[in-house]
Amino acid sequence: MRRDVFQAIADPTRRAIIALIAVQAMTPNALSEHFDSTRQSISKHLRILTECGLVKQEHQGREIHYQLELDKIKEIDQWIAQFRKIWEDRYNQLDDLLLTIQQKKEL
Amino acid sequence: MKNNLLFEFLTDKEKNTLTIKREFLAGRQLVWDAHTKSELLDRWFAPSPLTTKTKSMNFSAGGHWIYAMVEPNGIEYWGRLDYVTIYPIDSYTALDAFCNNEGEINPDLPRANWEVTFSDLGSNALVQTVVTYQSLSDLEKVIQMGMQEGMTSTLERLDDLLLTLNQ
Repeated sequence: MRRDVFQAIADPTRRAIIALIAVQAMTPNALSEHFDSTRQSISKHLRILTECGLVKQEHQGREIHYQLELDKIKEIDQWIAQFRKIWEDRYNQLDDLLLTIQQKKEL
Repeated sequence: MKNNLLFEFLTDKEKNTLTIKREFLAGRQLVWDAHTKSELLDRWFAPSPLTTKTKSMNFSAGGHWIYAMVEPNGIEYWGRLDYVTIYPIDSYTALDAFCNNEGEINPDLPRANWEVTFSDLGSNALVQTVVTYQSLSDLEKVIQMGMQEGMTSTLERLDDLLLTLNQ
């Protein structure tokens, strides 16, 4: 099954997990204390986040800590930045058109 | 042209919306016309070097605009905007879609709701467009389409141009 970052952040629990581990790496147990959901449910969310490359595992002794992949988060912003540029470009053209029309009216 | 005109681009990842606010150096009526008359839309809607070509336009509630964005090499990408509500010269809402050259909607690609509002900002006009997707993965699909349609390379060329101009 294909995983993508947008699928990852579409879920509110996963967004909350991202917000928590953005501050510091955490174990699944520590994470589940912040939610009403079961430990299994948190593990499932962590698996999806890992498959999307948004979080990575770090083994410390017997414990696994999850931490954020900052580069992947930046990728999301880059997608959005491309959309922004399409609108900027489009509107700059509208500026030129409005100017042209107004100048013709003044003649 | 650098006028320091207001431009805001906000994303709300929880509500799956893009909000674009832009000020224009013209009155509200003219800016409304530029958004709602196909002969004017044809002159600005597709980001350069793509151009806009209208197949049909019926700007009324229940009507639609069928248009293509055309690459310099002639490749056409068809889109359709179905108008839902219209309040001249204050606002309109519409549903966008990808379609074929007959205007038949492609059901596999996401549609977004557009809410476009026009207001006065002194003697200028302010346009706010709120684009709402069903989900963020819909938004990703649309952006990937944009990439396939060569918009990315378009934007890269724009980057190059801006860099040259700034040097």
